[in-house]
Amino acid sequence: MSAQPLTLRVDKLACERGHRRLFSNVSFDLSAGQWLHLEGDNGVGKTSLLRIVCGLSPAHEGQVLWGGRAVREVANEFRSHLLYLGHGLSLKEELSALENLQADAAVAGRALSAAQAMAALAQQGLKGREHLPLRVLSQGQKRRTALARLQAGNASLWVLDEPFVALDARAVEALRQVLSQHVAQGGMVLYTSHQPVPLDGSGHAYRLQR
Amino acid sequence: MSAFVAVMRRDLLLALRRKTEVLTGVFFFVVVASLFPLAIGPEMKILRLVAPGILWVGALLASMLALGRLFEADYRDGTLEQMALSPHGLGGLVMAKILAHWLLSGLPLVCLAPVLGLQFDLAPEALGILTLTLLMGTPILSCVGAIGAALTLGVRGGGVLLSLLVLPLFVPVLVFGAGAVEAQAGGLGAQAHLSILMAMLLPAAFFSPWACTVALRIALE
Repeated sequence: MSAQPLTLRVDKLACERGHRRLFSNVSFDLSAGQWLHLEGDNGVGKTSLLRIVCGLSPAHEGQVLWGGRAVREVANEFRSHLLYLGHGLSLKEELSALENLQADAAVAGRALSAAQAMAALAQQGLKGREHLPLRVLSQGQKRRTALARLQAGNASLWVLDEPFVALDARAVEALRQVLSQHVAQGGMVLYTSHQPVPLDGSGHAYRLQR
Repeated sequence: MSAFVAVMRRDLLLALRRKTEVLTGVFFFVVVASLFPLAIGPEMKILRLVAPGILWVGALLASMLALGRLFEADYRDGTLEQMALSPHGLGGLVMAKILAHWLLSGLPLVCLAPVLGLQFDLAPEALGILTLTLLMGTPILSCVGAIGAALTLGVRGGGVLLSLLVLPLFVPVLVFGAGAVEAQAGGLGAQAHLSILMAMLLPAAFFSPWACTVALRIALE
């Protein structure tokens, strides 16, 4: 994907919400061509950890390193490699899937032609629904629209919060393939999931505990 | 640049698809400006005297109506997170949002003001000055209001807090905006008032995206 080997290192992160410590001393490495499945019970702080990794929330202790340098120092470079998919799908109900995808790509700084966007939507099984406003689509189809972003971009680090939620069995398998392929091509996937969906290729699970 | 255009385009497109939100503010302005002449009666002298104040207060309240929605939907559906993670930087994208907001909530008022001003028997020069002050003043309302909207984002009962926060800051704009028409009518000329309005607009436009960015990042934490 990129010339220099990319690495994400999470170093002794700790997170506090209010006066409650969610987790502390969380460390792991993620290199190009690897995936990491973040496990943990509800409320243990998986989403908080992902948001800290992305730079949306500050870490209470510890730091996140990208290519050996603190993410805060190389924020714009890091962000151009990053694709984050959180609980909010960042979709507008009044816009069509195609318009959503194109606006999103522009914000993320990626060139995306209409043909590329159509192809990405077709891969998610949304062929023929590209121009419908999102509010008439089902919950699963909306999620697929958001997931089409994965194929429509060229980010190397995918940070996905519960990507398998609300998908049917076939879509789960299709998404698993997409993620595995990304890893096989030298990408990185950091994801949370309550379903045991291991990806192909090298990677491991990390259990988040209090 | 493409991200700036995309954000603005998306906001304009959204407004086009749910017209009622934009029309609420415009309709409010028209109703306020039309009811006053009916209530005051056909006393031309009084109407001419109160016209700038009424039109300006109407425009100010109408643009405040739209402020609460500036970042609210984007905050709730995660769009704001994506904007914060954009390699283009949040500041430019926020500027695009403010510009789109002004085009939707400020510009229609500027265009309607000369027509509504006729109900108050305003002279053509006075109408011209009034429109000009609104053209310079409504962007200030959008810029300053955006800071308030960003600060009160995600706060329960944020609407009231937003009004309390931005209304005192809107007062100078109101004073000099409405005052310009009076000064013109009194033979003093509106030059000084217009200069002061411009002196408020420039720093507001320059610092507002930066201040919004800081406030939005805190809201996202």
